[in-house]
This record gives sequence, structure tokens and C-alpha cells, in this order.
Amino acid sequence: MATTSTPSAPETATDDEVRRQRRRVGFSQKLGRLDVKVSPYLYISPFFILFAVVGLFPLLYTAWVALHQWSLLDGEGPWVGMENFKHVLTQQYFWTGVRNTISIFLLSSVPQVIIALVIAAVLDANLRARTFWRMGVLVPYVVAPVAVALIFRQIFADPTGWMNEVLGWVGVGPVRWGSAVLPSHIAIATMVNYRWTGYNTLIFLAAMQAIPRDLYEAAIIDGASRVRQFFSVTIPMVRPTMIFVIITSTIGGLQIFDEPRMYSQTGDGGADRQWMTVTMYIYELGWKNQNFGRAAAVAWLLFILILIIGLINFAFTRRISSESTKAPKRKKVRA
Amino acid sequence: MSAPSVPAIEQMAGRGAARAAARKHHVEGGSRRPRWLTYLVLTIVLVISFYPLYYTFLLSSSTSQNIARHPIPSLIPEGHFFDNVRRVFDTIDFWGATWNSIVVAVITSVSVVMFSTLAGFSFAKLRFKGRGPLLVFVIATTAVPTQLGVVPLFLVMKNLHWIDTLQAIIVPGLVTAFGVFWMTQYLESALPYELVEAARVDGASMFRTFWSIALPAARPAATMLGLFTFVASWTNFFWPSIVLRSSHATLPVALSLLQATYFKDLALIMAGVVLSVVPLLVLFLIAGRQLVAGIMAGAVKG
Repeated sequence: MATTSTPSAPETATDDEVRRQRRRVGFSQKLGRLDVKVSPYLYISPFFILFAVVGLFPLLYTAWVALHQWSLLDGEGPWVGMENFKHVLTQQYFWTGVRNTISIFLLSSVPQVIIALVIAAVLDANLRARTFWRMGVLVPYVVAPVAVALIFRQIFADPTGWMNEVLGWVGVGPVRWGSAVLPSHIAIATMVNYRWTGYNTLIFLAAMQAIPRDLYEAAIIDGASRVRQFFSVTIPMVRPTMIFVIITSTIGGLQIFDEPRMYSQTGDGGADRQWMTVTMYIYELGWKNQNFGRAAAVAWLLFILILIIGLINFAFTRRISSESTKAPKRKKVRA
Repeated sequence: MSAPSVPAIEQMAGRGAARAAARKHHVEGGSRRPRWLTYLVLTIVLVISFYPLYYTFLLSSSTSQNIARHPIPSLIPEGHFFDNVRRVFDTIDFWGATWNSIVVAVITSVSVVMFSTLAGFSFAKLRFKGRGPLLVFVIATTAVPTQLGVVPLFLVMKNLHWIDTLQAIIVPGLVTAFGVFWMTQYLESALPYELVEAARVDGASMFRTFWSIALPAARPAATMLGLFTFVASWTNFFWPSIVLRSSHATLPVALSLLQATYFKDLALIMAGVVLSVVPLLVLFLIAGRQLVAGIMAGAVKG
């Protein structure tokens, strides 16, 4: 290619060629330096650009939309200030949605964390066919929430479905899964639990396997039973992981939409909105009533709700066990 | 890509060896030899995992009249499964929906893996101003409920005339904060600085260094990230149900339309559910091991 770079070239090279060679080196060096300087930013830019466009901007612009009269068809209308917020805060359906969301969230997250901890403790042993059991636990995770909802809606069919038939054997029911408030919440929470318990089990299992075995040996020497070991060694040691699981399930759980939406054929959350969640209310306001202003207002209110419950959770989980507060805290900062 | 470089294998072998050693230690702590009770509990858990899926298959091989008559189906399937499947194909464009789901999931997964590895390489191994704060920002965004921005996002898509197109659900998912964080964590430990420096001394450009050194080293974590993204994309419903109409439905949207129209025909709906679940179950049989390993690896680091 370039003759200027062959070793024999300098012998016959004119001054001009030498100068050109020098300039070439200078240019590629500059290019190299630019490569070093710009590449790191270039490589991380796709995330930041995309997040700005589809994450941050929509979230902030939601506030702007919420302060206007804004319809799906006509677009931006006049400024109305806090009118949309005032309106939705006086709507009974909004508060029904808040109640349902919190209720379903509690019914799904609390049992889920407890059951996942127990299954993980059972799996944390020298098992035969270890991978088989772990995979078996995870199977529900690959079933789409929509499919899970259609399956469990049938299991909880009202008045004569699988669950009511089984409950009938022990003389209970028939439970009004399809109309009563609490039963419908239990049915929907069961769908969430079905899909996510195994996933969280594996997270807890990983945390449990990182616990030094000496701790258990010491506990056994002290005469601790299996149950006592679980509460005094396992639980305190997996606490940072519990905080992680609880925080992520709070953020996701309070936005629940798929399962309650698919719980009835119409998708409106029941005749009296018995299982309509806040996210479903956003959908109803925005795409059924075509009132984007009010939908945006509810989106912001849900955002605040998530923030509040997240903070409550954080304060609560910090207190679960105080003896190991220092170590996980340091770990978190480093992460 | 060619086989991973020797140092990368060494790196992996080192990790594998470390893991084996850890496992050995675990076994030796043998105060916990499992008893039959352990297996009984696990069997019950497994039955709870699988029964709803088998139940769905049983309903899909039945008729709507029989389903109404027997709330608890007998464990032996009836013979109407293929009839019901054929009716699913007759009522909705099932292959179209499957194709749409595949297109979206494949493009999203490949893109998330590429962009996340690129960003992870940068965060983990390159020095630049603002690296720390920017990484903290990425981690913080994983806690932002971006789903709440649906209204403006819909307006953006409307202005772009992307309503009812697949790019409306592909583009927002092209790279995720979780992916960037995940790859950063992995490359930090799996890719030695010496290797990057060696490549640089040999005159490789930044991108060449990424392509020939970082990408092969990142492969185990990249596979897991790809799988998780695929599952998340395949099961996604909220946003697709807002922007897609029946003509460009993905599988979950098609299922919801099927049940909205034929809600009384339970055998038909359940056949649709079975058809939509089977592809991911097959994927799970092939790659379930990696999913398990991925969740467990992520838990320890995250």
C-alpha cells in the first residue's frame, strides 16, 4: 500500500515524502487519541439517548400533559392547572383502584417472599438431581402473564370451577371469585405468585449458598434445631437479598396490569371495579375515555404512591434485623 | 465469532474451578443430608408448577360442554386437541402473531446484548471522566417506573406514525439499564485489564479491542442476558396492547383478542394458550439451565 512506510523508502525519499510520512503518523496518533477519548462515551451513549427519549422525557412530559385538557383525538387543549388532579382525586374509582392495587400487592408479595424463602431453604441442601429441581421451580416464569391469567381464571371459575370444587370437598364455598372483592384479589395474587415465586426462590437460594457453612456448624454445636437455624442464621444472612427482592417487587407489583386486566372477559376490572388497579384506571381514562390529561394525572399519582410505599418498605426492611446492618450497607454502596 | 481466546478460557476455567471448589466445600458441610421429607416438599412444589400447565392441556383437548360439566378434568386427555388447535388457526392469524413475537423478541435480544456489552465494556474497563456518576445514574434508572410514561410515549409514537407497527414496541426496548448494569458487573471481574492493555499496545482500536477481546469474554453473561430479554419480550403485554391492533398483534395481544371475542369457547381459548406457551417451554428445555444460572449469578452480584 503506502510506499512511505516501507523501510527502504527513506533512502530515496524526498523531503516532501518525509514530511508527508511525519504528518501521517501525526494524524493517526491524533485519531488514536480521539478514539481513546470519545469511544467510552460513544459506547454508553445508546443507553442514555434511548432512556432520554423513551424513559425520562415521557415521564416528565406526563406532568405537562396532566396540567392540560388533552384528548386522544384532538391533542393538546387549554391549560387547566391542577384541575385533572382535583377531578381524579374526587373519583371513587381512583380510590377503589388504589385500594385494589395495594391489596393485590400485599397478597402477592408477602406470601411470595415467605414461600420463596422456605423453598429456597429446602433446596439449599446436598440434593440429587439438583438442576432438575431448580429448573422445575422456574418453569412458571416462562409462561406469559396473559396465559397465566387465562389459566387461573378458569381454575378460579365462579361458581363452578376447579378451586370451588376442591373447596366443596372440605365444605367451604362456593367462593365468589368472580365478584367479591377479597376473593378476586386472592385469585389475581395467586397468578402473580405462580409466576414469580420460583424466580425469587432461586435468588434466595443463591444468597443462602453464599452463607459460610461454619455458621451452621456453630449453630448445630450450640444445639440449634433446623427451624432455629433458619431463623437465626439464614434469615439474617439473606437480608440484603430480601431488601433487593422486596424493592423490585414493590416497583413492579404496584404497576400490575396484565393479570387483573385478563381476569374478566371485558377487562374493566369488574362491574364495581372490584379488581381494577391504578394502571388499569390509567388505561381506561386514556384509551377508553380518551382523556389523556386525566390519565397522566393518575400516572403521576401512582408514581408518588410507588415512591411512598418504596420508602416505607425500605424503612421496614432495614429494621427486620439490626445486627447485620453495617455489612450489607457497605456492600450496596459498592455495587 | 471464533472460539474464545485462550486467556478468556483460562478465565472461565478459573471461575469454573472456583465454583467447583465452592460446591465441594458446600457438600462437605454435610450436616444437611436431605431426607425424604425434603424430596416430598420439592415434589409438591413441582406438581404445583406443572399442574396448571397440564390442566390447560387437558382443557384444550376437551370440549366446552365437557369443561362446564367437569370442573376438575380427568388426568387422561380427551381427543379433541387437534380439532381445537385447527379452530385457533381458523379464528386468528396465529402464525402471524407468532412471527411478530419472534421478530420483536429476536431483534430486541440481539440489540440489548450488543449495546449492553458495549456499554458494560466501557463502564468496566475504560477510563473516562464522569464514569462513576454515570454508572450510578444507570443503576438508579432501573428503579424508575417508566411504564408510567405511557401517555407521552403514545403521543411520540403517534407523531412518528408508528401506532400499530412493530417498531413501536421494538425501539423502546433496544437497550435496558438492567442489561448495562449486568454486563458491567460481569466484565469487571471476567475481563482482566492486562488483556485490554495488551490489545491496545498491539495497536488495536477501541472497537477492535471490544470486538476481539471483550465480546468473547462476555459470552456467558451475554447468553443469559439474551435469554432474559427474549422471555421478557415474549411475555410483554401492557405496552403492546396499547399500541398494537389485531393486524400486528404479538402472541399475548392475540390471546387477549381471542378471549375477548370467543370467551365462551373455553376449549378454543385454552388451545390458544397451549400454542402460545409451547415455544417458550421448548426454549426452556434447551436453555433452562442458563436461566437458572443467570438468576443465581445475578442475585449474588446484584
